[in-house]
Amino acid sequence: MTSAPGLPATSAESDRSILADNLREFRENSLAVAAAGVVAVFALLAAFAPWIAPHDPYETDLFRRLLPPAWEQGGDWAFLLGCDALGRDVLSRLIFGSRVSIAVGLAVILIATTIGTLAGLAAGYLRGIPDAIISRLCDILLGFPYLIFAIGLIAMTGPGFQNIILALAYKEWVLPCRVVRGETLAAREMEYIEAARALGASRLHVMLREILPNILSPVIVVATFRMAHIIIVEASLSFLGIGIQPPVASWGSMVSDGREFLLDAWWVSTFPGVAILLLVLAINVASQGLRDAFDPRLQR
Amino acid sequence: MHLRRGRAVNGYSASSEMLVEVRGLRKHFDLRKGLARLVSGQEGHVVKAVHDVDISVRRGETVGLIGESGCGKTTLGRTILRLQEPTAGSIFFDGQDITRLNDAALKPLRRRMQIIFQDPYASLNPRRTVEEIVGLPLRLHENRSSEATRERVKVLLERVGLRASHIGRYPHQFSGGQRQRIGIARALIVNPEFVVCDEPVSALDVSIQAQIIELLDNLKRELELTYLFISHDLSVIGYVADRIVVMYLGEIVETGTRDQVLDNPCHPYTQSLLSAVPQLDPQSRQARIQLKGDLPSPMRPPSGCKFHSRCPKAMKICSHVKPRIYSVSAGHQAACHLYEESTR
Repeated sequence: MTSAPGLPATSAESDRSILADNLREFRENSLAVAAAGVVAVFALLAAFAPWIAPHDPYETDLFRRLLPPAWEQGGDWAFLLGCDALGRDVLSRLIFGSRVSIAVGLAVILIATTIGTLAGLAAGYLRGIPDAIISRLCDILLGFPYLIFAIGLIAMTGPGFQNIILALAYKEWVLPCRVVRGETLAAREMEYIEAARALGASRLHVMLREILPNILSPVIVVATFRMAHIIIVEASLSFLGIGIQPPVASWGSMVSDGREFLLDAWWVSTFPGVAILLLVLAINVASQGLRDAFDPRLQR
Repeated sequence: MHLRRGRAVNGYSASSEMLVEVRGLRKHFDLRKGLARLVSGQEGHVVKAVHDVDISVRRGETVGLIGESGCGKTTLGRTILRLQEPTAGSIFFDGQDITRLNDAALKPLRRRMQIIFQDPYASLNPRRTVEEIVGLPLRLHENRSSEATRERVKVLLERVGLRASHIGRYPHQFSGGQRQRIGIARALIVNPEFVVCDEPVSALDVSIQAQIIELLDNLKRELELTYLFISHDLSVIGYVADRIVVMYLGEIVETGTRDQVLDNPCHPYTQSLLSAVPQLDPQSRQARIQLKGDLPSPMRPPSGCKFHSRCPKAMKICSHVKPRIYSVSAGHQAACHLYEESTR
């Protein structure tokens, strides 16, 4: 609340939406802003990988096999982070690998959040039979062990970009669905919902135009912190060899590639591992900042 | 506050046209879930929020609906507008039976009957601007350009005492009284005939209450509105209402013109309500009738007359026979065994 209750809002006060207030709150949280900056850097690397990467990530050269990073003895400044067992530039593969992580994370979260939000709205607002079906489906899916089922699904459909997204999204929508359902149950009892109905608004209008804008902030928070989780799971699948298939560079498979030489050539596994850590940490910190900014209890 | 305003009762004559007519309306809430509905009995699990209520509102009059919180007056108002599904009974709006109409058939009627809510904080969507909130009915019911909608919203804002420049603001930038004005503008922008005012001032400061009541009263005369005015505050009802309906535990216990009910309350419940109003004149001060106990649970209402457990005039018959509605005088009725002989 920006104006004291009972006092008329002065005309000098600018017209601000709650969202604008939230964003201002977020900007004041310097740690979260720094984390968002790190995420933005990774996103830029992914978007402009072909222009940023110094070398072709697929070009092999056995003369450069396990070339150490530039600052180590025998390193070459042209290959800043060294080369892997096939002589491919680690830095270039790292930059291209960010595309896989971010693309899979974004795609899975977009699909899951859209499905989950619509299902949660329907369950929470319509109640009754739609709610019973959607909620039971959520319960059943939550009973599946995540990774094992994903592995089974990929074993059946074969690895590939779309199949990995499907294997990760098939139950990822449950979380946004449950959050949205709970928020909708609370929001549907508000008088402004009844007001919209009294004015003749359709169910669809009430769900999408009246309720949705009010429950968007928890949805955004859930989407961001689950994206960090999805990136880790994708890296795990790739590490196990059932994710993104070689020669496409992905951080998980890069860690796996370097595993055999860990003692002789630590850089092959370590840099992609650090990249995963950095991106996931940054997303989580930024997500926490969003949560704090959106949480009405923390607002002044 | 004064119990009544100076001007004479107008709009009340036996010949005026019924705008809203409700017969035997029931709204029960079944608290049993799923299979329990088949297994356990209704007793103790069904809240009879509104039970066999007859109420009619003539075009142009203000009917004041009064009762304690929890007596079902809000549920009655919302069921009449079909915001809640009636369990039984029938609702007529301007001669048309709207009891079982579906959403699509109700939509054209929605612009003719509107509601003003109690809580000015909960009744405005916090994520929408004033223009979107007040203009929503126009967007739902008319194919106007956004320019025309904005102009109409501005006119309405000025009419309810806000500034046209407030159009781009969000609800949290307004005070409670200002928010209630926004709610009034939203209800009136489609030119309704019938408006349910659901405790429109009880969430506001007393000084602001008077302004809002004045505004509602002026709007009623200018726009020829018909109000069902719900309140638990007798001084508010006494000021606005032409006729008064008193509810207790989901049932109507007394109806009459304002003067009949205020000057000559017949039902012991109404008498106790009136005796609770502070009197300025020591001469007219009556003994205060203090009711015993709390409002009984609507899940297990007392047998016979629902009021007998708290009634200072309870008789033997009251605990097992439910009183009919007896006519005390023309247009003045009470559901109490005390008036049995007057109809014979």
